[in-house]
Amino acid sequence: MSCQTTQELIHPYADGELDLARGLEVEQHMDECQVCASVYRNQIALRSAFKNSSLYHSAPARLEKRIRSSLHHEAKSEAGRRSFGWRWLPAGAALAFVLLMAFVIWRAVPSLRPSGDDLLAQEIVSNHVRSLQLETHRTDVISSDQHTVKPWFDGKLDFAPPVKDFSGQGFPLIGGRLEYLNNRAVAALVYQRQKHYINLYIWPAEQSNASGEVATKRQGYNLLHWTNSGMNYWAVSDLNGVELHEFARLVQEAQ
Amino acid sequence: MQARNKLASFEKAVLPHLDAAYNLARWLTRNDPDAEDVVQEAYLRAFRFFGGFHGENGRAWLLGIVRNTSYTWMQRNRSTELNMPLDDEPHEVKDDNLNPEELLLQKADAQMLRQAVEELPLEFREVLVLRELEEMSYKQIAVVADLPLGTVMSRLARARKRLQQILASHRQTEVLS
Repeated sequence: MSCQTTQELIHPYADGELDLARGLEVEQHMDECQVCASVYRNQIALRSAFKNSSLYHSAPARLEKRIRSSLHHEAKSEAGRRSFGWRWLPAGAALAFVLLMAFVIWRAVPSLRPSGDDLLAQEIVSNHVRSLQLETHRTDVISSDQHTVKPWFDGKLDFAPPVKDFSGQGFPLIGGRLEYLNNRAVAALVYQRQKHYINLYIWPAEQSNASGEVATKRQGYNLLHWTNSGMNYWAVSDLNGVELHEFARLVQEAQ
Repeated sequence: MQARNKLASFEKAVLPHLDAAYNLARWLTRNDPDAEDVVQEAYLRAFRFFGGFHGENGRAWLLGIVRNTSYTWMQRNRSTELNMPLDDEPHEVKDDNLNPEELLLQKADAQMLRQAVEELPLEFREVLVLRELEEMSYKQIAVVADLPLGTVMSRLARARKRLQQILASHRQTEVLS
């Protein structure tokens, strides 16, 4: 082994980092070479100098206190951040997204939700049924005279509902009452066809353009609604669809 | 991991190495208050990264963080010291007579040795401190200083040689004065 190789290996040898075989080669060389042996002795001397001269800087006691307190502080604020829920942020975001998508789909697909008209039809049927339960519910003003019924609404509504009697055509006017439907006060006119009662609900339409009759059936009741002359009309009765349609035509022609 | 448990296991695993942390920081910064600041900062960093520690060697893990924190600190405060070029290439050993230095080392008192180590370039100082004072293996030093094993070996050899040269020059001025 050459001096150069030996002196490269002397440090790992002295540090106990050299494998046994190479360590033996280094020892063998140093037995024969005074220069390399002195490099090694220097190394050993340096080490003991380090050991004896207390070069080690131990931490001052105050530093440990300082670190402990700053760690407690850090742990506390970390716990604070946790309980604030940053950990759940991704889950929360995912949930919010799912809810948003569900809402968008619900809005976009009409068959998944009851339409405004569906809800209104339900409300109207309920109102019709309730009006039939007691005779006193049926009308607020009892009169077959349209000139009595129409003025009765004055001051009770912010619009003047058209009131016509169709006694001549077999649909006599019985009376009228005030109702609250579709989030507003509306006029309810009561007509009769033989033993059947017809409720005709009237309130101003948001759109002035007329729309044709739409017929629906709910809980055995026939409903017809249309818009005409800036008014919404809903007619509901247990009367058969043909006769109810006849009634609706009379109302529309009268305007 | 709950915050309380985390703090408890961190203190158990990492606080016992406070002296090692301070020793390294003190030798790198060469100044008491700076070393304290660096160590405190390093402990806070270590606490934040504690989730990534899997209990291998707490001392080497912490000292790696202390070293990085020290370098960051020096980048901010003493950037000139960091930018001194260091040549890690193995040099041919010249056949100069080293015997007088051997004598000199044996006589070197603590004050002389301390001063000589402080004069070493940062990169030499750190491997020497880790080896001679922390008595770490080359492998552990490689982890702490983020160096290849071979570089640890050659750098240590050069650090010791440089240290002896510094001691020799001090000795000479002492003799002359």
